[in-house]
Amino acid sequence: MRYLAAAKLVWCLALLLPAVAIVSLSIGTVSIPLTQIIQTLFATMGGGVENTQTSSIVLDIRLPRILLALLVGAVLAVLGTVMQGLFRNPLADPSLIGVSGGASVGASVVIVLVGGSVASPLAGLSLISFGAFIGGVISTLVVYRVATSGMGTSVTTMLLAGIAIGAIAGAFNSLLSYFSDNQMLRQISVWQMGNLGGANWLKVSIMLAVAAILAAVLPTQAKSLNALLLGESEARHLGVDVQKIKRKLIFLTALGVGVSVALAGLIGFVGLIIPHMVRLLIGPDHRWLVPATALAGASLLMIADSIARVVVLPAELPTGILTALLGAPFFIGLLIRQRGEF
Amino acid sequence: MSIVADNISLHLAGFDLLRNINLSIEAGHVSVLVGPNGAGKSSLVKVLTGELNPTQGTVWLNHRELSEWAIQDRANVLAVLPQHSELNFPFTANEVVSLGCIPHTTGYAVDQKIIADALQMVDASYLERRLYTQMSGGEKQRVQLARVLAQIWCPNSLGEQFLVLDEPTAAFDLAHQQMTLDIVKQFSQSGVGVLMVVHDLNLAARCADNLVVVNGGVIEAFGRPDKILTEQLVEKVFDVKATISRHPAANTPLVIT
Repeated sequence: MRYLAAAKLVWCLALLLPAVAIVSLSIGTVSIPLTQIIQTLFATMGGGVENTQTSSIVLDIRLPRILLALLVGAVLAVLGTVMQGLFRNPLADPSLIGVSGGASVGASVVIVLVGGSVASPLAGLSLISFGAFIGGVISTLVVYRVATSGMGTSVTTMLLAGIAIGAIAGAFNSLLSYFSDNQMLRQISVWQMGNLGGANWLKVSIMLAVAAILAAVLPTQAKSLNALLLGESEARHLGVDVQKIKRKLIFLTALGVGVSVALAGLIGFVGLIIPHMVRLLIGPDHRWLVPATALAGASLLMIADSIARVVVLPAELPTGILTALLGAPFFIGLLIRQRGEF
Repeated sequence: MSIVADNISLHLAGFDLLRNINLSIEAGHVSVLVGPNGAGKSSLVKVLTGELNPTQGTVWLNHRELSEWAIQDRANVLAVLPQHSELNFPFTANEVVSLGCIPHTTGYAVDQKIIADALQMVDASYLERRLYTQMSGGEKQRVQLARVLAQIWCPNSLGEQFLVLDEPTAAFDLAHQQMTLDIVKQFSQSGVGVLMVVHDLNLAARCADNLVVVNGGVIEAFGRPDKILTEQLVEKVFDVKATISRHPAANTPLVIT
């Protein structure tokens, strides 16, 4: 049986989200009391904030980073849900369609060939971000083309093509690493660990735009995703235009994951574990899974990033390390509890 | 109103799976498709339901070309239960049947009533809150049957409705085989056209208004079971020597091997 009513979980997560955000704002190298955080936030909304050191830490450094964590976490988790539904495979992950592999090659190419420090055409966005996004989109296109024939897109072929593209991307990455000097090598490996450290308001705005598109489209696809879990021909017999939905969801995943990876590097586990975890709690109905996984992903990434910021003060850990360290044991615990039911 | 196959041929991957098939599935009748393994039964079902496009010929659904139906409208007229289910996500029985209501525009309250009634009809009310992944094979198949029944539960303005079942009784015990026949009869009496693939010739003879015998991609015989089911036909199609007798109670043909 299920552990929780779906609506209850969504409400709990919706209440948890602002709480996590405010606590995250207060902790860091300098600890700021919660009351002061709330005061600063209200003052900003009123328009009259004094330019103190506290307000500048909160508004210029921590807030963009926390919002970026929130948005990236929500986008990765919800797209994980979508991919697991589309592939009818609870082990699917948004990176399956090749977007992460391609993005890391794109980033490495920029770091090694151009030099990561060259100024980018858009202030606030590094050239690495552009490289990663382009790499991610190209590899998704390749995977999609390979899997699409006159009969439609085969998700099995896509899965296999995604693995093959991932292998090629891995080889290219190794090749680029092999020919790079120490500094480049370090830059590549840190980028691949995923890091929200470079957050700024421009990145937050871009991520917000992507999240808004997903929030507008995905809830309307929830019923069709439910039907798809029965199988593609069953979904067609239920009146779902399967090919159109596949195309739409793959495009949105490439966009969402591509932008996330470009802005925050490779952050693993959120897209795999959150959907799975939430499904264990409330079942596979996408009408609830979509909002619940978005909220849970947002909270998890904010928590992971906060810990990454404070655990080895005064230094910071890359966020990707923390998501895996936090998410995986919790997931294993859930699996053990549910063992009898599979 | 009917599903009509007009001179259908299907050529896939170098094989002639179906050749020049002409067939009419009438609303209000039960048509049962029988034939040996690999005869083309499933291919025929896939062509008739739009899952595969015929290489040649046309399929008509209620006097309109099948490929011209809007996919959403078609789902309100034609419900299909495939042979195997791929579902391996832990929906409850209630949720699985509710998927059958996706094409409906009847609203939440009506759908809830339909779901409960459909589950009761297939003797699965007790499964309502159980997880699909934990059910037995027969239970799963009953829940899937309830799902397609729910899909065409209410008549609508788009025309006569059709129910296509590919081996619905494969996982059923005797009581539930009987139950399936009763359900099929009940739906056909209310005007639904039923097309069913069945392996058990006696079960087929019991419920079929029309028997469609398929062999080697062509229709070998078509008609009322007591007219066409002969020892020669069974030997020719299934390569089995059989005696045909009469069912003592139902007076339908009884194939004894």
